[in-house]
Amino acid sequence: MCGIVGLLLKNRAWHEQLGELATPMLECMSTRGADSCGLAVFHRPLPLEKRRFSLYVADRDYDWQSFHAGFSSGTGGDARLESRFNHATEVTATPEADVRGWLRRSHPDVHLLSVGRVIDIFKDEGRPEEIAERFGFRDLQGTHAVGHTRMATESAVSPAHAHPFSAGQDFCLVHNGSLSNPYSVRRRLERRGIAFETDNDTEAGCRFLEWRMREGDTLEQAIEKSFRVLDGFYTFLMATADKMVLVRDPFACKPAVVAETADYVAVSSEFRSLAHLPGIREADVYEPAPEQIYSWTLSSNLTSRN
Amino acid sequence: MDAVKQFDLAQLTVREVNQYLHHELSGSGAARVEILHPDGMHSIAAGLDADVAVDIMGHAGYFIAGMNKRASVTIHGNVGWSVAENIMSGVVRVKGHASESAAASGHGGLVVIEGNASSRCGISMKGCDIVVGGSVGHFSAFMAQAGTLLVCGDTGPNLGDSLYEAVIYVRGTIHSLGADAREEPLEAADEAEVARLLSAAGMEFSPREFKKVASARSLYHWNADVHQEY
Repeated sequence: MCGIVGLLLKNRAWHEQLGELATPMLECMSTRGADSCGLAVFHRPLPLEKRRFSLYVADRDYDWQSFHAGFSSGTGGDARLESRFNHATEVTATPEADVRGWLRRSHPDVHLLSVGRVIDIFKDEGRPEEIAERFGFRDLQGTHAVGHTRMATESAVSPAHAHPFSAGQDFCLVHNGSLSNPYSVRRRLERRGIAFETDNDTEAGCRFLEWRMREGDTLEQAIEKSFRVLDGFYTFLMATADKMVLVRDPFACKPAVVAETADYVAVSSEFRSLAHLPGIREADVYEPAPEQIYSWTLSSNLTSRN
Repeated sequence: MDAVKQFDLAQLTVREVNQYLHHELSGSGAARVEILHPDGMHSIAAGLDADVAVDIMGHAGYFIAGMNKRASVTIHGNVGWSVAENIMSGVVRVKGHASESAAASGHGGLVVIEGNASSRCGISMKGCDIVVGGSVGHFSAFMAQAGTLLVCGDTGPNLGDSLYEAVIYVRGTIHSLGADAREEPLEAADEAEVARLLSAAGMEFSPREFKKVASARSLYHWNADVHQEY
């Protein structure tokens, strides 16, 4: 069992309260999984050339200031640091490949969680309430967020195995369920030079979808292909820079509920974690059908259900 | 001695309310219990065995009114998975929609879903009656053994897969039938049964608009010649 939550704010006036609204959703779902937790938050976009690099380290007293000094000189570009305990974000125009190379050489203990113009990922092993408090989820601002509370069933409990998983830029996925063929999917992708960081089934799904998008598919087209490739039980909740997308496996083994109002779209494993949202009693609350792609786009400020 | 007893789940736990319903209700004289702010919480009014009316005022979570005996439970909102699971008798009515496995393995009594029910509605039902005002999702009445499922709207794929002796009536479109389920002619006795259920649920349709689905019973006996291709 795991819990998944997502919130996309259509009302711009609410962007400052994203963390305030999404954190209770996540904490409520700790009953579905309390061994690890994570949240991806999507901010206002950086200028075209800049990227956010979300970083994780095991040590909660890590000296990010000296890391940052090394980062700026080592990658040869200006950077801005935001840090909180064992998480930090470096904002810089240095290309991703250079940052990755420098991290590998100089700081193999620091893990890169995500890269993009808008995305930041926070995740760790431990109780969701404690992680939310430590990383200050309530203070986060942005357009949309997806989160996960994990009860591991198929691979180890570790910070790296926690969700969200990210591949490419500005893309992440959280998953409730278990895939039965992650290794064959993984072998198929590894033959194409795609590298994996864990043995987690969700990472296989995430990298498959990201590979399809790099090959030119939209996320929705990639998901259509995944119906034929990924086998198992899953509710996937995904986000890109301007979208939140939800899909359940053809047998609909894992739960999901959607609540929509003029101000937001909220998704959760259980209605319970949506009950605090403003206007929830008047919201359009429904259960997504199996093997249907539900996609909500931010840019047009309108939602679409496919 | 109040005829109506009110509980607020914003103040009390589900366990406290259920303990009242299980132990203190009899002898209290309360004929009706109102439960406020269910807010998606699970197992509210599960395990009742009393002649009482319970009104749950809003959206509720999983396992609402499970194992119900005698009581009449009304949910004024949607419910999550497995409402009225294993119902024995009494009535459970959902004014909104129900998520998966509504009335799963119910032995007796009546379950009314005024909105839609999703996947696996009435899975393994064993004698209860289920009336759905809207549509049902895939694999509804899967391995249903006894009782009646009446659907006023449409059904999803694989209706009545591996059906035993339960009977299904559908007013709308059947997306597809599951293995061993087949359509049968609607006879006078069926029309009377549909009329009885519609009346019990308070829904007004003509019984003649319904189609009947029952088991072809071809899975009842092992047939070595079909090579497991049904």
